[in-house]
Amino acid sequence: MDLKRTPLYEEHKKLGAKLVTFHDWEMPLQYTSIIEEHLNVRNNVGIFDVSHMGEIEIHGKDAVNFADYLVTNSIKESKIGRVKYTPMCYPDGGEVDDLFVYKLGEDFILLVVNASNYDKDLDWVIKNKGLFNVRIDCKSYDWGEVAIQGPKAEQFLIRYFEGPKALDKLGYFQSMYGRLFGKEILVSRTGYTGEDGFEVYSDNDSIVYIWQEALNEGREFNIKPAGLGARDTLRFEVGYWLYGNDIDQRTNPIEAGQGFAVKFEKGDFIGKEALLKAQENINRKLVGLHIHEGGIPRHGAIIFKGDKNAGFVTSGNFCPTLNSINAMAYVESAYTIPETELTVFLHNKLNKCMVVNLPFVEPRAGKKKI
Amino acid sequence: MAHKIVEGLLYTESDEWVRVEGEIAIVGITDYAQDKLGDIVYIEEAVQGNKVVKEDKVATIESVKAASDINAPVSGEIVEVNKSVVKDPAIVNNDPYSKGWLFKIKIDNTEEIKDLLNAKGYEEYRKE
Repeated sequence: MDLKRTPLYEEHKKLGAKLVTFHDWEMPLQYTSIIEEHLNVRNNVGIFDVSHMGEIEIHGKDAVNFADYLVTNSIKESKIGRVKYTPMCYPDGGEVDDLFVYKLGEDFILLVVNASNYDKDLDWVIKNKGLFNVRIDCKSYDWGEVAIQGPKAEQFLIRYFEGPKALDKLGYFQSMYGRLFGKEILVSRTGYTGEDGFEVYSDNDSIVYIWQEALNEGREFNIKPAGLGARDTLRFEVGYWLYGNDIDQRTNPIEAGQGFAVKFEKGDFIGKEALLKAQENINRKLVGLHIHEGGIPRHGAIIFKGDKNAGFVTSGNFCPTLNSINAMAYVESAYTIPETELTVFLHNKLNKCMVVNLPFVEPRAGKKKI
Repeated sequence: MAHKIVEGLLYTESDEWVRVEGEIAIVGITDYAQDKLGDIVYIEEAVQGNKVVKEDKVATIESVKAASDINAPVSGEIVEVNKSVVKDPAIVNNDPYSKGWLFKIKIDNTEEIKDLLNAKGYEEYRKE
């Protein structure tokens, strides 16, 4: 099968990006160095091509009720423009995906889902439509998306944005329509880096223009393109989940630490009963681990307490901000207290590690008073 | 981007380079190998004093994206390891052929050197 390419593919090639296959997509892994790109997002501002993300539109009178039935977070209480992070579960509580839900109108909901899950999610949404009076549109190939992230993102973009209000008045997890560099966009103050920043949606042609203009005009703010490598290390440091690594159909939002996005009181939703039970009986939890020795434990590395299996690593990496190696892992409830000493099997031996609270780096996103 | 290959060094198909100085083989990884790995963040060094057989795994290099085993290009005894790259693994990215050397082996059998590739041979091998 031919790999899918985003509208920005030619731009990545021009910039000399190292390209990799990411779930059927040919995407930039890095332009210069993952660590350089990571630190530039923490210190200045970076731009990511995230056009591979999947967009599913739900239109119609029951759009909000349908969304509330599909996902665990509450959508109906939201005002127009609000964005919610949420798991979407199977009846057994396992996760179909984690996603952003944009309430763009009382009869218009936008789901932004993982590229790796787009087809599966679309099938799931259609399958559960039932008697809801909605129309489901798959618009993923019509939308391009860039994420502009970092402490300088706002002061840079505010000059080039026109909309119902200035960009510095847009709250965390809020969205609005407007124009950026003269092109029509949907913008939200959201991201996957832990830094303040924005995600910008536009049509495929406009997103190329926005990318080029951002790199030209953003020079004084030291804007640099950042690839999927930095996207992963940035999200990892702030403990954001990666579907397929930290969460999947065999994990539930309660043990993953996503309980804040499960609203039992909102009414019926898929997975509710299973999650109520899961809450009563938590066998394991997603925790942080400081890795003291032995290298980087990757997804699937086994955790031990003495000679007893105590869990497994979901993500492990070097944290550029901290200059240390850490991991996220599901660990049996008895061993989840911070400072618990455990071992991880890595390169054919057991290596010492210690339970710590997540996240490893406190996110700065959402800390600004709007 | 073309990767640097240094004349006068010997090479393995697993992307180590070897500089032979008398009975000592100095070993590192090639520019191609460091570029393929990306930012190197952890090195589990060879153990000084260990006897190794050609193609034994003697060290591990980890980057943000992947782990890679470093094999002994020749048999012998590990007589010295580069401590400075363990402290600052990025040296291997920045200077793979010089400051980024990994370990030195006292060669058991100099005949084994003949099995290694020269610069031209490695270049051809990597082109394939």
